[in-house]
Amino acid sequence: MSVEKREARQPWILLSPALTAVTLLLFVPLLFILVYSFWLRTATGADVAGFYLDNWQEALTDPFYRDILISTLRIAAITTVACAVMGYPSAYFIARSQGNKAVLLLLLMLPFWISYIIRTMSWINILGVSGALNSALMALGIISEPIQMLYNEVTVILGLVHFLLPFMILNIFVSLDGIDTNLENAANSLGATKWQAFLQVTLPLSLPGLAAGGLLCFVLGAGTYITPLVLGGPRDAMFANLVFEAIITQLNWPLGSALSLMLLAVLGALVMIYNRYLGMAQLMKGLG
Amino acid sequence: MNFHPESAPVSSVTLNNIVKRFGTFTAVHKANLEIPEGAFVTLLGPSGCGKTTNLRMIAGLLDPSEGEILIGGKRVNEVPIHKRNLGIVFQNYALFPHKTVAENIAFGLKYRSVPKSDVARRVQEALDLVQLPDVGHRYPKELSGGQQQRIALARAIVIEPEVLLLDEPLSALDANLREDMRVELKRIQSKIGVTTVFVTHDQSEALAMSDKIVVMSAGRIEQVGTPEEVYNTPASEFVANFLGASNILAGGCASKDANAALLDVPLFGSVLVPADKAPAVNAGDAAKLVLRAEKLVLKAPGSDTTGMVTAEAVVETVDYQGQTVRYFLRVGDTQLQAINMIDGRPFAEGQTVTAAFRPQDCAALAGA
Repeated sequence: MSVEKREARQPWILLSPALTAVTLLLFVPLLFILVYSFWLRTATGADVAGFYLDNWQEALTDPFYRDILISTLRIAAITTVACAVMGYPSAYFIARSQGNKAVLLLLLMLPFWISYIIRTMSWINILGVSGALNSALMALGIISEPIQMLYNEVTVILGLVHFLLPFMILNIFVSLDGIDTNLENAANSLGATKWQAFLQVTLPLSLPGLAAGGLLCFVLGAGTYITPLVLGGPRDAMFANLVFEAIITQLNWPLGSALSLMLLAVLGALVMIYNRYLGMAQLMKGLG
Repeated sequence: MNFHPESAPVSSVTLNNIVKRFGTFTAVHKANLEIPEGAFVTLLGPSGCGKTTNLRMIAGLLDPSEGEILIGGKRVNEVPIHKRNLGIVFQNYALFPHKTVAENIAFGLKYRSVPKSDVARRVQEALDLVQLPDVGHRYPKELSGGQQQRIALARAIVIEPEVLLLDEPLSALDANLREDMRVELKRIQSKIGVTTVFVTHDQSEALAMSDKIVVMSAGRIEQVGTPEEVYNTPASEFVANFLGASNILAGGCASKDANAALLDVPLFGSVLVPADKAPAVNAGDAAKLVLRAEKLVLKAPGSDTTGMVTAEAVVETVDYQGQTVRYFLRVGDTQLQAINMIDGRPFAEGQTVTAAFRPQDCAALAGA
């Protein structure tokens, strides 16, 4: 075999374990889902194989699904903005701290050591009727009866921010950490105040990290079903809860498949737009 | 091309007893320095000597722990960097990568209420001055290192700074470009006449460009003088060795008068050093002879050495460098260094030669 041929084959050999896993565990099941979405669910509860557009028609025309899709995107957007506003100062602080950067990053990773579900449920102990906050307010005599603070859209967003903030901070941090501190010094020397230098130099140069963090938060936030399940009320279902409901509760795989592909298409389109303008490389940097 | 040097204010810079500590480490010990208006002054020393710390304190990027910094006679310790009106060129240029060259240069003008109509003209004048008139629309990454260097300089001087601070601006360039930029930088500086503080560890840059050189070592100023002064009359063994290579021979001063000091050194015996090159030496005290490697000449035995001090030596190592050759010689128990122009063929290792120098080329330091 020639050297060229051997060199051309090498990347494929190295990639093959990952490609095999992705193919078997992601693409093949996704193909099943696609096939399922065209099956027909009969009134008796049996699935009829074939090519029926009924599920797609229901998913795309029923205003119930449309409204929940819109509210899902709205909740994801609010969460993303909240993460950006809260995450940027933290990321800036970590990136500019001398010496103890590694410790701060470790602290940032610490929540990942506890299950996401446990972290979400911990809010029940804080905000619940007999939770820490109600007990404290009653002990202080500010309220006489506990207030129901849980199970609404605000607590869902709270839970999502809690879950997604580290992703945002990490992405912004990577971006800020790569910016030469002399750039701000140079801007200062030319007459810009610290704030002006930040707006003119640091902020624009960190936008790729902010965008990457934003994309991650949005996609993960829009795709979640655990947070609304644990912290939301009956009217706070997000789109993934509908999929969960259709498949797990009603065992209606054809409709669940169509709904999940719909969500995948919407979020996929967002990723494409991001990739078109900013490129995936930045996202990879943030994840690495 | 006219850069209106008449409109730029020119200021002196003074350091009064400046001390800078980082935790328990003292980076600068009691630095005192007077930089006159319009001068080109170089802070020269090895890395970690405190030269960049000094520059950053003048810039306002660091606050001195003690002492006072004056620019144009006014104390600036409390003046933040953006109000000091200084031009700084950083080692890595620090051009804004998301702005075009023209936007980079115009950056400082935005904060100086320059009328919009004047901004474009002044940016173009700055580009002309650094001889890159046509790159305004490009981004920094599209330029070579040398071009980025020029743009960084243009950005620093377009604001007509009172003082220009250069932090090792040439060290990222390759050797040939470095020499071109050295000439170019000096040309631009003399043209606009701005007071300039230049930081470098490269002695040849310092010698070629400066009106005055401040040699620093371990946080202390070792010597301040013109390039000729620090080169020919080093004030310490450190200076003698940092600026070129020197042989230091410990001995004593037998006598001294207004014209000359008579030093007694091993290997060579009595050497009559001119008094102006032995300012700190006193008769009867210990003294050291500073013999520059390029003043120590190798000659074939029996050559004419009238007026020179000589000793017999054996060539130990020959380090051929093209135009010059560096020899390590053994004279008695001592190894000496000599850098000679090549005249015909260099001497070979193991050869016995006469090592000779003219006593008036030497300097003397006090102490053992």
